[in-house]
Amino acid sequence: MPKITFIQPDGAEQTVEVVAGWSVMEGAVRSLVPGIDADCGGACACATCHVYVDPAWLAALPAKSEMEETMLDFAQTAAPNSRLSCQLRVTSDLDGLIVRVPIAQH
Amino acid sequence: MSGQIVIVGAGQAGVQAVQSLRSEGFSGAITMIGDEAYPPYQRPPLSKAYLLGTFARERLFLKPAAFYREAGCDLILNARVDKIDRAAKTVSLQDGRTLAYDKLLLATGTRVRRLACPGAGLPGVQYLRDIADVDGLQDGFKSGIRLAIVGGGYIGLEVAAVGAKRGLDVTVFEAADRLMARAVSQPVSDFYAAEHTRSGVKLNLNTGVESFEGNNKIEAVVAGGTAHPADMVLVGIGVVPNDMLARESGLPCQDGIIVDRNAMTSDPSIFAAGDCTRHHGREGIEIRLECVQNAIDQAKHAALAMVGRAKIYSEVPWFWSDQYDLKLQIAGLARPPDRLVLRGDPASRKFAVFHLRDGVVAAVEAINAAPEYLTGRKLIADGAKVPPEKLADLSIPMKQMAQD
Repeated sequence: MPKITFIQPDGAEQTVEVVAGWSVMEGAVRSLVPGIDADCGGACACATCHVYVDPAWLAALPAKSEMEETMLDFAQTAAPNSRLSCQLRVTSDLDGLIVRVPIAQH
Repeated sequence: MSGQIVIVGAGQAGVQAVQSLRSEGFSGAITMIGDEAYPPYQRPPLSKAYLLGTFARERLFLKPAAFYREAGCDLILNARVDKIDRAAKTVSLQDGRTLAYDKLLLATGTRVRRLACPGAGLPGVQYLRDIADVDGLQDGFKSGIRLAIVGGGYIGLEVAAVGAKRGLDVTVFEAADRLMARAVSQPVSDFYAAEHTRSGVKLNLNTGVESFEGNNKIEAVVAGGTAHPADMVLVGIGVVPNDMLARESGLPCQDGIIVDRNAMTSDPSIFAAGDCTRHHGREGIEIRLECVQNAIDQAKHAALAMVGRAKIYSEVPWFWSDQYDLKLQIAGLARPPDRLVLRGDPASRKFAVFHLRDGVVAAVEAINAAPEYLTGRKLIADGAKVPPEKLADLSIPMKQMAQD
């Protein structure tokens, strides 16, 4: 299974295996990664699964949908490398992906 | 803080309470009791991706098994609580067990409202509330099957959209004169009616169902005086709160367990959260909300109150519905006679309806329009006044709405 690394604001790292086809958010929830609230469960409706993608990985990710783009545009702590982890589908191409968890989702 | 907390109901609110109790430092024992075979799971995908078959059952679960283990939450499934003894501070389970509590949380949710008309008990007349219901529906979800849907609300229309996508012959019967009448405004109802019609779904508004006909299985729906042949029926006419347990223990209930704005019932040891509750909303009006937002936020507030850090619950409610490629997002509660302001053209399949009450933004319904939804939610929370002509002006970006 592809491995994804989550880095907390305090620097703590957690590498978890995610079932291919699931989202990065689901992988986080499944492995009890703190800081990914995902209130809406992945419907791209709440913007509480925001992560910062390691710049080296940005190009490997599919483009943002217009919905994701606008949801992020309104997230208080969003940066150019921000993504909603519920919209990132895990494939073998993303094996090794590194993302950072923001201080707060709300 | 220690002690014993018992949570009745293993759904979205229950699991949120477990999480919040631990993050607030509660160190006592937590027991959660659910009457289904499954640990807490998400219901929203049931009528959408899960029914469509693109979302495996495993993905429905809100938390992995490790969560309950690490949180020290004793999860009792397939169990039903029969009785609350408030004097003894215990709950009794149907299987004879008795559990003591210091604080009790009722997160019992709702059950479907059932039709009582002739033939309602025929095989093939189905409802949608839990995993088992959808698994049962899926068996018959085959191209060409005639699916009759009773009720043009969220559930009925989400199922209609999935059915149309899967090639079923779908007919909707709605007693009211428009779709989702309880949840959305007229322009949004009209828009969705056009979308469903365009996808081949037959809509019968102002048409209540009188009976079902068939020999040992559903064969026809009798509505508006006409028999409509059907192979399968899905009834989605709303839900009723599971407040019997509270009612029988003498707690005030009225279409829901009555709680204050700290999610506390009239008994200071008993709290309630989620769809099963009725509370004074942020506008001071009694409401019973059926949504993920309320389950999460009210459970958070119940947890805060249970650990002695009560905080007033006043979050803006939000809802969503997925039908076809349309994302409907709603924030706030509409209340006629709100002034409606349309932003964008429904024909573009991307628009929003704002509800102004005394000039203040009270609610927003956004269709494929995230900026309108997100800014709207903030404007509602802030009690902002925005001139209607400004809201309607597409040349002004939503981000500038809050500024004068």
